[in-house]
Amino acid sequence: MTAVDFLAFTRGPLFDVALIIFIAGLAIRFVEILVLGRRRDFSEPRRGGFGSGLRTMFSRTLPETGTMKRAPTTVVAGWVFHIGFLVTLLLFVPHIEMFQAVLGFGWPGLPTPIIDFAGILAMVAMVVVLINRLRNPVMRFLSGFGDYLPWLLTFLPLITGWLVFHRLLLPYPAMLGLHILSVELLMILFPFTKLMHTFTAFLARYYTGAAFGRKGVQS
Amino acid sequence: MSANVERAVNAFKEQIDASTAAFFSSCVHCGLCAEACLFYLETGDPKYTPIHKLEPLRRVWWSSYTLFGRLASLIGLAPKVTDDLLKDWKELVYDSCSMCGRCSMVCPVGNDITGMIRKEREGMIAAGHAPDGLKGASSRAIKIGSPMGVTLKAVKAQIGHLEADTGMTIPVNVEGAEYLVLMSSMEIMNYPEYLEAIARIFEAAGASWTIASDAFEATNSGIQIGASDIARELVMRIVAAAERLKVKTVISPECGHAYTALRWEGPNLIGRPFPFKARHILEVLDEFRADGRLQTEGFEEDRLTFHDPCQIVRRGGVIDEPRRLIDMVAKDFVEMDDNGRYNWCCGAGGGVSAIEEAHDLKLTAFLKKKKQLDAVKPEKLMTACANCRIQLEEGMEETGMDIPVIGLTETLAEHLKTPETAKG
Ligand code: SF4
Ligand code: SF4
Repeated sequence: MTAVDFLAFTRGPLFDVALIIFIAGLAIRFVEILVLGRRRDFSEPRRGGFGSGLRTMFSRTLPETGTMKRAPTTVVAGWVFHIGFLVTLLLFVPHIEMFQAVLGFGWPGLPTPIIDFAGILAMVAMVVVLINRLRNPVMRFLSGFGDYLPWLLTFLPLITGWLVFHRLLLPYPAMLGLHILSVELLMILFPFTKLMHTFTAFLARYYTGAAFGRKGVQS
Repeated sequence: MSANVERAVNAFKEQIDASTAAFFSSCVHCGLCAEACLFYLETGDPKYTPIHKLEPLRRVWWSSYTLFGRLASLIGLAPKVTDDLLKDWKELVYDSCSMCGRCSMVCPVGNDITGMIRKEREGMIAAGHAPDGLKGASSRAIKIGSPMGVTLKAVKAQIGHLEADTGMTIPVNVEGAEYLVLMSSMEIMNYPEYLEAIARIFEAAGASWTIASDAFEATNSGIQIGASDIARELVMRIVAAAERLKVKTVISPECGHAYTALRWEGPNLIGRPFPFKARHILEVLDEFRADGRLQTEGFEEDRLTFHDPCQIVRRGGVIDEPRRLIDMVAKDFVEMDDNGRYNWCCGAGGGVSAIEEAHDLKLTAFLKKKKQLDAVKPEKLMTACANCRIQLEEGMEETGMDIPVIGLTETLAEHLKTPETAKG
């Protein structure tokens, strides 16, 4: 198989397979969660839970001040990574073209030097995140394969993408093929790893925000 | 699987719902919940990380309710819940968690870790792995009517003293009274000031109230140990008395978990809404204040701070009421650094105070509060929970601090304008 064949394969059939597994996996995970249902709450609410739930979906993005003071590395590196990653993923013009092909609609992107910078930021933050995970006693204690695998799955598309962008290491078609392959790996394993938090965190935040909100506590 | 473990697993399954599944699915092991937990912060031991306390529950969720987990357990690869695991987790689930709810406020993915620990306790007790202190308290609550073994006789004796001392009549079993007043064992045994304060404030407010001879106890060991059946029976006693006496509002006393038990868990335990209102005493006093029925005179001159009882404030939503009431009687009120919904627990909630083995740990956990107090240097420490109060007093004694701890309700009563002066 030539590099061009490899690229065609990752762009074509393999991408379709990855996409199907990704979507089916997401559906399975969400159904798994939602079918469990929740019991009706008979206690008299102090205020409606719905609005508080929605609020918490967003408000938890910002840390409580004490947490920021006690664990600045975790908070800041986490933040920088998420922003850098999302900017690279969602605002890079070739990515938007890919989304357009799959979703049928697109959006404006950012100039490439900004994307380049965002990608580097994300990678640097990820290295900090990893070192932090290995050094912080609590994180090291909690972490296992299920935590390191998602790290790798996320880091590979970033580094390969950056190499493609700068035409480094391998010829363009081969490197791009590898980049797409790493993304496909991410998509396939996404629903079955902690990467799921990307979506379920909003559900979790909603549940907690609503439960606290009924009691009149902003969370 | 031993019968014990099977009971635990079934209880876990009974408890796991969509929110539990969303929470476990979302945890990224960032460790930030540890930074919110006084048991971790004061010991520095990572095993006290809140989410780690949930490992048994997590295993059941993963192996029973996820595709990969189910496949893994089919081929025997899923980590199992064993009797040894549950035994090992007893300390984590009970001794080192006061159910304070602080971890649930900071988890970036929004996990209500505290709520899950409450659920996990159902399985722990189902397998018999609950601390003896809590088991004893629960059985005394069921058999005698109070976790501390306080009998109706003791309550009557207290009422007798009170009536003799003050000349007031304490209403018992009065049908049609507006309010049913509950007490905690601690108040009956250690802080009789509470009942006197209620009698005086309610008389001044012109509110009709009563105590029920068959439901004077507000505390609920059932929710602390995590046994819904016990919790239900204890709540049902209150509901039955309230319905029999046709009261409009049942008042939970200056106790944290009693409020959670009655106000938020109660209707769900009995499976229907209450036909009466369940309120914390501070909420009722704040209503009196707003209606002009609670009037005070004079101020506490000392520098005074307020310790928020977790179950009343963060897990209960009674946040502004105590502050409005304190303003009525305090000139020099200072807030501690983290207060209100971000307060730090006293270290002995959630049943911890009843666990003998947790004695040293709860005093270590108190050091968090000590640091807060050292920072504001109050001359008096006010709170609104008898359980917090005992822990604060014990913690301060152990660490050589000397700040008197006072209850909010009784302080209001001390400054009460008598009906005569109020009219005039
Ligand atoms: S703070 Fe939340 S996401 Fe982080 S380790 Fe604790 S439970 Fe998991
Ligand atoms: S509820 Fe409080 S004591 Fe329990 S784990 Fe969370 S922060 Fe720690």
